[in-house]
Amino acid sequence: MMNLSRWKVILVVVAVVLGALFTLPNLLPASMRDKLPGFVPSQTLHLGLDLQGGSYLLYSVDTKALMGERLTNLTEDVRSTLRDKVAFTDLGQVGDEISLRVTDPAQVADAVNALRRTVGAPLAGVAGGSEVTVNAAADQRIRIAFVPAAFDASAAKAVEQSIEIIRRRIDSSGTKEPDIARQGKDRIVIQAAGESDPERLKALIGQTAKLTFQMVDDNATPQDIAAGRVPPGDEIVASSDGITGSYVVKRRSVVTGEMLTHAQQGFDQQTGQPVVNFRFNGLGAQRFGDVTRQNLGKRFAIVLDKKVISAPVIQSAITGGSGQISGHFTQESANDLSVLLNAGALPAPLKVEEQRTVGAELGADAVRAGTTSAVVGLVATMIFMVAIYGWLFGGVSIVALAVNALMIIGIMSLTQATLTLPGIAGLILTLAVAVDANVLIYERMRDELRAGRSLIASMDAGFSRAMGTIMDANITHLLSAFIMFNLGSGPVKGFAWTLAIGVLTTVFSAVLVTQVLLAWWFKTTRPKTLPIA
Amino acid sequence: MSFWPLIKVLPVRTHFRFVRLAKFAAALSIVAVIGSLALTLYPFKPPCGGLACGIDFQGGSVMEITTAPKSVDLAKARAALTGLGIGDIQVVAFGAPSSAMVKFQTPAGADASATVKTVQAALTQSLGEVRFAKTELVGPKVSNELLTKGVLGLGLAILAMLLYIWFRFELQFGLGAVAALFHDVFLTFGLIAVCHIEFNLNAVAAILTIIGYSMNDTVVVFDRFRENLRKYKRMPLAEVIDMSINEMLTRTIITSMTAVLALIALAAFGGPSLWGLSIIMLFGIGIGTYSSIYIAAPVIMLWGVKRADEEAQPLTPAGAKS
Repeated sequence: MMNLSRWKVILVVVAVVLGALFTLPNLLPASMRDKLPGFVPSQTLHLGLDLQGGSYLLYSVDTKALMGERLTNLTEDVRSTLRDKVAFTDLGQVGDEISLRVTDPAQVADAVNALRRTVGAPLAGVAGGSEVTVNAAADQRIRIAFVPAAFDASAAKAVEQSIEIIRRRIDSSGTKEPDIARQGKDRIVIQAAGESDPERLKALIGQTAKLTFQMVDDNATPQDIAAGRVPPGDEIVASSDGITGSYVVKRRSVVTGEMLTHAQQGFDQQTGQPVVNFRFNGLGAQRFGDVTRQNLGKRFAIVLDKKVISAPVIQSAITGGSGQISGHFTQESANDLSVLLNAGALPAPLKVEEQRTVGAELGADAVRAGTTSAVVGLVATMIFMVAIYGWLFGGVSIVALAVNALMIIGIMSLTQATLTLPGIAGLILTLAVAVDANVLIYERMRDELRAGRSLIASMDAGFSRAMGTIMDANITHLLSAFIMFNLGSGPVKGFAWTLAIGVLTTVFSAVLVTQVLLAWWFKTTRPKTLPIA
Repeated sequence: MSFWPLIKVLPVRTHFRFVRLAKFAAALSIVAVIGSLALTLYPFKPPCGGLACGIDFQGGSVMEITTAPKSVDLAKARAALTGLGIGDIQVVAFGAPSSAMVKFQTPAGADASATVKTVQAALTQSLGEVRFAKTELVGPKVSNELLTKGVLGLGLAILAMLLYIWFRFELQFGLGAVAALFHDVFLTFGLIAVCHIEFNLNAVAAILTIIGYSMNDTVVVFDRFRENLRKYKRMPLAEVIDMSINEMLTRTIITSMTAVLALIALAAFGGPSLWGLSIIMLFGIGIGTYSSIYIAAPVIMLWGVKRADEEAQPLTPAGAKS
């Protein structure tokens, strides 16, 4: 081991050069980094949100609401399929199923067949499969239910659509681009670096933005509203400002948000108030024209996510296919609404499951605290090693430690692994424990020397025999890091990642770097005794 | 004679009779483990028993607020928040006097995100200019998952270590190592309970690190132990264990010292969010070193080990020999 093989020297030199090269950008100010020639790496450590400030948001798609909506639609499909063909009663949802009772027992089979033919879309990926099951039950009843795969598929589709829509909303809102990713079956993760006030982001994401135009039922009196008496076919909708009180509107919507082609923030020509201007597509324009012509003098409500924004009186038939929403808007809220309308409505409401926000100020504090403790910890370790083993052997372990640090930071910069605050703690601990390998080697050398071996034989044995122990000891660290990595949560993942990289570089630097340095010392000075014996 | 380098001054070979104290140490450890378990579990408050549960595992919200350069008027903040009807809101000092931590549970049925907004508005209204340095919100679904993952992670880590040691050494070694691990993990939980350190994901990460470190220490002692077992085939087991521990003692002390130095630096300069993590790890390093010597090795003696030229022979542990 003590004869210096060429490949070992080359390996160490290459590692040091690469480590230094990839670490370098972290030490340069941003202005100098930009001026570096193209072949020099310019990537710095990728700081986690807890260090650079930012927001982590985890949303889940409200699959229950999604399914509720699908069941409601399915009920309507069932109704229209059987209407005029089969007499039935008692159609409604029972739990996750739809149930109905066919009046004439002879028609049950016909009804089942008709339903099987028409309702439910084909199941994706299964030839001849259907999203729904239709079964006859006792007492002339028919039960219709979604198969579990259909639930999963529509949740997955809703997640994908939601991500697409969120991306469109954020793109056109001009906020700094966040990372949006799907997680698991029904979740969406949004990470916005540098965004320490996520409220605007949350406002953009958290709104379903389902827009409908519904006629106001002026026949219902305020007393009816107060008593909760709602005429059939109507529903009560609160106003968005919370002051005006509730409206009774027709359940059936005249026009929906899907029929909008373009929305834009503008100003009302008379009042100068911020408004949202919009344009309908062909179908929307036609319907809106018809309805306004027939209902002159009546009011229609503009409803967003079950809240009435405004309820203007129809002055004249609006046939141009464009219109204006005025409410209590600020310029920003009008702009946000137009962004939401353009991007489309979310297929299902999203719910915040987890939010972690760190201000840039706190992040900078954390970086400072982490750097200070890293430097103090490292210097203390170095002084300690020199105090214990003297300049030569202590010095060798310091060089190994420095190479180790270079390699860890270099690899983390190269792979853009995320460095978090706990990750810094992991780094400090890794470096402190890295000298363990040196200690094992040195102590082994001393043992062998005491056992009566020659100097060169002892040094050889020190390396070869300590190797097994070093491997065993480090693999245990690697195992615990691997398990930690699977715990989830960004900061802890960062910790695990740092530990894992540290273990690999430690084995390399403590063993190989130490070996090369000591072999070189031995070759040049031909010592008779070991300074640590 | 010079005192530097220190390695020359340290005793070359110690002859401590560690095994002799094993019975006493075992009794002490059993009492400590039982005490720690009791503190960890009592008063059985779900989900964290006797530990100060962080929102990672309990759900809820926590905010770090700062009114720098003014100091935070905690009483005023509390008064503003009690009226909100959110139940138990904790407002405590955190680090510098200009900072405070606000922690609360989302009331049943309320929207977590909206509750956070309400609290922020109330704080801004009563304290004037407040900056929200950190806001965390964990919903019930996520906190349940994190807790399951955390407990599972700890269990898996211990199992992985057992399998690894079994594979590299012998089953008896693995059992000794795992006994030491359980010892370390339980005592660490005891520390977390006694010191009211928040039990969160960081704490679990710290415990996992301790598991890694404690194993590292145990493996080093085991390695030497196995080597000496082969070298001294007729020497009684207790003596081989003593000899192996003594031979590795210098290394054990030096390595623990470097880790302790680094962790003290971390605790002193790492700021309040790393304080808990570093204290847990500091304690764990000490316990891990102790358990390698007094738990892992003696447990092997209870089962005995296969030695090259004779059958496994369980020996009476501890000083019984002399």
